[in-house]
Amino acid sequence: MHKKNNINKLAVGSTVTVCREAARPKQLVRAASVKQEFLIISTKWVRMSKKKGTGLCSMAEEAIKLGENKSKFIDKVKEHLPDGGNLNLCLTCGACSSGCPATGLADMDPRKFLRMAALGMDEEIKKSPWPWLCTMCQRCIYVCPMKINIPQLVYYARQLTPREDRPKGILGSCDVALRSDTCSAMGATEEDFQFVVEDVLEEVQAEQPGWEDLQAPINKKGSYFYLNQNSREPVTEADEMIPLWKILHKVDADWTYGTKGWAAENYCMFLADDEAWEHITRVKAKAVEDLGCKVWLNTE
Amino acid sequence: MFAFRSGLQKYNVEHNFEVKSIIHYYAQWIKEGKLQVNSDWNKDLQIKFTVQDPCQLVRKSFGDPVAEDLRFVVKSVVGDENFIDMVPNRSNNFCCGGGGGFLQAGYPEERHAYGKIKLNQILKTGATYAITPCHNCHAQIHDLSDHYKAGYHTVHLWTLIALSMGILGENEREYLGPDLAEVNLPE
Repeated sequence: MHKKNNINKLAVGSTVTVCREAARPKQLVRAASVKQEFLIISTKWVRMSKKKGTGLCSMAEEAIKLGENKSKFIDKVKEHLPDGGNLNLCLTCGACSSGCPATGLADMDPRKFLRMAALGMDEEIKKSPWPWLCTMCQRCIYVCPMKINIPQLVYYARQLTPREDRPKGILGSCDVALRSDTCSAMGATEEDFQFVVEDVLEEVQAEQPGWEDLQAPINKKGSYFYLNQNSREPVTEADEMIPLWKILHKVDADWTYGTKGWAAENYCMFLADDEAWEHITRVKAKAVEDLGCKVWLNTE
Repeated sequence: MFAFRSGLQKYNVEHNFEVKSIIHYYAQWIKEGKLQVNSDWNKDLQIKFTVQDPCQLVRKSFGDPVAEDLRFVVKSVVGDENFIDMVPNRSNNFCCGGGGGFLQAGYPEERHAYGKIKLNQILKTGATYAITPCHNCHAQIHDLSDHYKAGYHTVHLWTLIALSMGILGENEREYLGPDLAEVNLPE
């Protein structure tokens, strides 16, 4: 099939089959939907021959080869999401990819990822590290005119990797959090937390003038706020809790920590482990309910 | 917070409490006069600050209203003229690359490449300090400054609130630079 023919090289009187829209003088090129036969009438001009519409243009036939791997993955994800996450509404405009910091990492971008899923390229998706390089920040769906839930597609793509083979750092943090009711990904126990809080508090009360009556209540039933804390503070930089306590003291807030469920982080969501994520959520919710608090207050 | 809030919804966990961000209350307490912050300490110093809108707090949870609360608090604390916003911002902000488990995923090179957009946004503001009200943002933006030798400092919001009230102790200044090590110390 002729893809690019210079008319000068074709013999007058011969015919050539090309895509119809390419039938311009001098050059018989480019794609179209229908191929046609042309008669070379001079080295500058062609004329349509009487044989018309001899089939689809060859370029369209060659574009994509999908093979037999009919998608299962994207269909499963659609079942999990309201309106199927709009996953079949992509206009390929590229707004997602142009504003995504993960575009270009692992030779991927959000639009390409969605196209691959739509084309049923499940094995290629499974092999790509990209779902772990996307933070599921939701900027893509925020700018998408069709509100396509690419972040959830990424979430479920993480599940294509067997749990034990998912990134060790995330896996380990989730597993540690599952070990105790503190939900601490750094493994801080109920006793550890209480000890650190009380220790830091006593130090401030003793050493900082004017803060003798500073409080950091633990398990105080009926408090309005249940304050949670990222494990980083009690475990690695306990002094960072002090400004927070001082602020709460100045506004006379009615607050408490809980020895159960105090850790704010949740790596089980990042691990895309639904069972574990749900467990962590339920432990934390119960901790707030058991103390009868009105607001779960996040420090972020 | 996003994990907890969306987990409650996703798994239909019955509960009788609300999920809130302290940023919302900081703004409310300042407006009510309970939290008496002011920016006098920075009147002459004119130290510049920018702020990172955490995706999980703004775009993924409470939207632009909490981004406004955040700006109100920051401006009250550092002074209007000393706050420089990144562009784009609020719900349209770029993720810094600290979320989604990226910090623990074992792809530091890719994470640094991802963070370049954020790094350049911060550098363009010319700010000496990037305020990061989220732990993952704090870790990533701090690491970006180290990795690219960008020179800006990364600081929690509570540090600046306490600083502005003159109640920030000397051991509570881990993330402040030498320029703020002794500013507004309690007597």
